[in-house]
Amino acid sequence: MVSQRLLREGVADETDLKEIIPPDYALDKGPVAVAECFQEIPCNPCSTYCRRGAIVLENINDRPIIDYDRCNGCTLCVSKCPGLAIFVINKNFSEDEATVTLPYEFLPLPKKGDVVITLDRYGSPVGKGKVVRVQNTRYNDKTPLITVTVPKDMIMNVRNIKVEA
Amino acid sequence: MINTDVAVIGGGPAGLSAAIAAADMGAHVTIIDRNHELGGQLLKQTHMFFGSREEYASTRGFDIANILKEELKERSVEVLLNTTAVGYYKDDGVWALEEGEDKFVKLKAKKTIVATGAMERHLLFPNNDLPGIYGAGAVQTLMNQYGVMPGKKVLMVGAGNIGLIVSYQLLQAGVEVSAIIDAAPAIGGYLVHASKVRRQGVPILTSYTVKRAYGNEVLEGATIVKVDEGFRQIPGTEIDMDIDTMCIAVGLNPLVELLWQAGCKMRYIPQLGGHVPVKDEDYETTVKGIYVAGDAAEIEEATSAMVEGRLAGLNAAHAIGFDNGNYAREKDNALKRLNALRSGPVGAKIRNGLLKLAEEAV
Repeated sequence: MVSQRLLREGVADETDLKEIIPPDYALDKGPVAVAECFQEIPCNPCSTYCRRGAIVLENINDRPIIDYDRCNGCTLCVSKCPGLAIFVINKNFSEDEATVTLPYEFLPLPKKGDVVITLDRYGSPVGKGKVVRVQNTRYNDKTPLITVTVPKDMIMNVRNIKVEA
Repeated sequence: MINTDVAVIGGGPAGLSAAIAAADMGAHVTIIDRNHELGGQLLKQTHMFFGSREEYASTRGFDIANILKEELKERSVEVLLNTTAVGYYKDDGVWALEEGEDKFVKLKAKKTIVATGAMERHLLFPNNDLPGIYGAGAVQTLMNQYGVMPGKKVLMVGAGNIGLIVSYQLLQAGVEVSAIIDAAPAIGGYLVHASKVRRQGVPILTSYTVKRAYGNEVLEGATIVKVDEGFRQIPGTEIDMDIDTMCIAVGLNPLVELLWQAGCKMRYIPQLGGHVPVKDEDYETTVKGIYVAGDAAEIEEATSAMVEGRLAGLNAAHAIGFDNGNYAREKDNALKRLNALRSGPVGAKIRNGLLKLAEEAV
């Protein structure tokens, strides 16, 4: 059951997120994927593109449950998710910074080193972050991935960016 | 007079898949499409498709159109573009085609697959005919196929997949989307689509409808209003929207005029989008030799339309006597895929509609 807020406004609430927050031991390891896919829809690319067998769907309508013993946050699933619902979070990017890797299909694309506004699930600004990586290869197929720094306690909050003109 | 084994009317996802499947079985296929280019609605789909690898999941719609068109080139398929099927002569089984604007030709096929797709519904409210009020699909065509920006500030009416996807694509094109509203109490489209528009800052207001539009010559604004569980407007909840464009995305109706005219038995099934033809498990309608697939059969996703097209193509060719040896296996595989796509909670509406259609067909 998804929350009323998600059903009515399109924004996951704590009860939705509780189910998908990676366990502490996984977050301590480094980057891991988070699949914010709360509805059973007929779709399975996350599973077919994962090379480590970390997402297994027995039925195409199953929700992706990530096996954190296998997921290493490689990002291969992120640009292949048709719902743009997968993010990679890295709590241990540096001593005091974490990162969020998110799909970003807008122009202009930020460049590595740029400072961008970070946004939450409502699209509201929550801070600023530095772009540490831009993946925009043929594999990404017009769904570039942006990795941006966030405070360690914001890895489950930042889900979009805004590039200032 | 054009003679062919299998005629496919409509070159969208269902029609292209039908043509490929029928040609694979060994049939000579003729596709008729009224547009300048094959692909139907796929041509304007810039988002990635859902489903599995077999339905080209994670590939963008316009790329899928190119893949299907390439597959077509390798097969014995005749393509008639700029050609509209305008009528069917029941007595001798002849289709009337209008080529371009003033030339009519006759076509006779052993089997015909009608894959004509759907058209957008409109919504009733005062001034709903003001310029600036479009179907959401029309805006998607203008924008993604012809590169025309439809306006600067848009109100999207309908939070189904089309409303959500077109809103996102408007944002990508640099157009402001003021809000997405829907009279239903919950978002109808995939929640992942809703979340990706929402995190761009676009409010989604469920239980809201359009009270009226206003403007002298063109749309200058609109008033939206909250509705109760019975969809009655609640006075005092009006919000004025400063917009120059409104997109209506309140659903589709199957395009079934040719099937009516051919005398196919039709039934009104709301879950399937309105009047749809009664069909058997091979996708043959009650008029022998006329098959149906895709949105003309029932309003669903393009992924299932492709699988349905495949089934109709296989069955039509097989009914003539063509079989490359793989018919049984291919059919079984397609049926399994279609059932899998429809087996989850979001497939419930289609499953119920199809059950109802089967009951009413008797």
